[in-house]
Amino acid sequence: MQEVTTEKKEFTPNIVAFCCNWCSYAGADLAGSSRLTYPANVKIIRVPCSCRVNPMFILKAFQQGADGVILCGCHPGDCHYVTGNYYTRRRMSLLFSFLSYMGIEKERTRVEWVSAAEGARFSAVMNDFVKTVTELGENKRLTDLRIKEGK
Amino acid sequence: MKDVEMKMLERAKALLESGEVARVIGWKKGDFCFDPAPASFETVEELDNFVYDYFCGANLSKYLIQMSKKEGKTAVFLKPCDTYSFNQLVKEHRIKRENVYVIAVECMAKLDIEKIKAKGISMVESVEVVGKEVKVTSAYGVETLYKPDVVLTKCATCTKTHQVKDEEIILHERPARDVDRFEEVAKLEAMTADERFAFWREQLSKCIRCNACRNVCPACSCVKCVFDNPASGIAAKANDDKFEEQLFHVIRAFHVAGRCTDCGECSRVCPQNIPLHLLNRKFIKDIDNLYGEYQAGETDEGKTPLTSYTEGDAEPNDVMNGEAK
Repeated sequence: MQEVTTEKKEFTPNIVAFCCNWCSYAGADLAGSSRLTYPANVKIIRVPCSCRVNPMFILKAFQQGADGVILCGCHPGDCHYVTGNYYTRRRMSLLFSFLSYMGIEKERTRVEWVSAAEGARFSAVMNDFVKTVTELGENKRLTDLRIKEGK
Repeated sequence: MKDVEMKMLERAKALLESGEVARVIGWKKGDFCFDPAPASFETVEELDNFVYDYFCGANLSKYLIQMSKKEGKTAVFLKPCDTYSFNQLVKEHRIKRENVYVIAVECMAKLDIEKIKAKGISMVESVEVVGKEVKVTSAYGVETLYKPDVVLTKCATCTKTHQVKDEEIILHERPARDVDRFEEVAKLEAMTADERFAFWREQLSKCIRCNACRNVCPACSCVKCVFDNPASGIAAKANDDKFEEQLFHVIRAFHVAGRCTDCGECSRVCPQNIPLHLLNRKFIKDIDNLYGEYQAGETDEGKTPLTSYTEGDAEPNDVMNGEAK
């Protein structure tokens, strides 16, 4: 018979990271080839440009059980498509400020600029973000209740 | 208001008779004194049902998307707040400006029947407004109410003026006012995250997903709406989990950010009385703070805050930590 464990499992958050193809995704690659570690619970989704990220993507990630969402793109001025991340910057400033207005912890959302040469920065950013979200605990406010029940 | 209505009717008749316009968009009488509905009048006879009173709060701009594409010119009566929506729609190439004849009409703040009913008055038969007094005649007698208590939410903080007109019917001067439309937003911002979450959960869980806010919104004019997609994640229409409503309202508010003229129609039509204008006003307040004062619909050209940028824009993380200006 299966033993019933009363021990509390340690909380490991689900993190979704949207990374732009040209800078941050390459930054993640560099982090890997430089043997720098970042937590395995960061799920990277590659997007052609940070401005490809529709606000719906972020909310859907939360709805499907993410505990934190981070958006990484090229540094402003370095966008492969010249101006994409300038639009991202405005959109995400407004969206994340709005989510905070709706009462969602502002620590769960973040925008970071990581270039292809910044493997170390990528690793540091992810470690820091995961630490913040782990301290914050499970995302209860945004998850679809049916998703959690099925877990 | 009666004199304004007479003048409007006179103009509508003249325009239709001369053949200058093919139709006039205004309001027609409803079953009760408090439910006039937007309508299109194509003949002088139809104008018998024409009405303009203190319950004509509906924004007529959105109807022009369809009407301005029909043959012949369309005349429309626009209140100050409606003209902003009109400009915004012209800017987005949704209305053919050359096919529309805009008659600017005075507003003098419209009444909210729900607020009158909330005062315990039912079976309203007629309403008379004198200065700041509203005399409501119901089956149970006559009661006098203080007008600012029973005006539509959108009218309570309105300082708008006509932005576009081909001619005007303004018989009374509107007194200048000094109001802050962001007062309630600031109050919410000052709360803790938990309090805000509790507030919005209580409000948004009332949502029955009737889509009235979307359908009435002049900024929500997409031919194919993202929410009509059954896979959008908000289409279950069951209010059995708390997140669907929030997702719907967050995305809807975001989609109209920078284009919302704060016409307040969403809150007016909500059957559950959710203060939806507070969502849009948060975006307007943030845009004003971060990217400079901007009023959508002031002109029918130029870029909106979310379709433009500057190199020195605030960083999202600074905005979140309250470090941006």
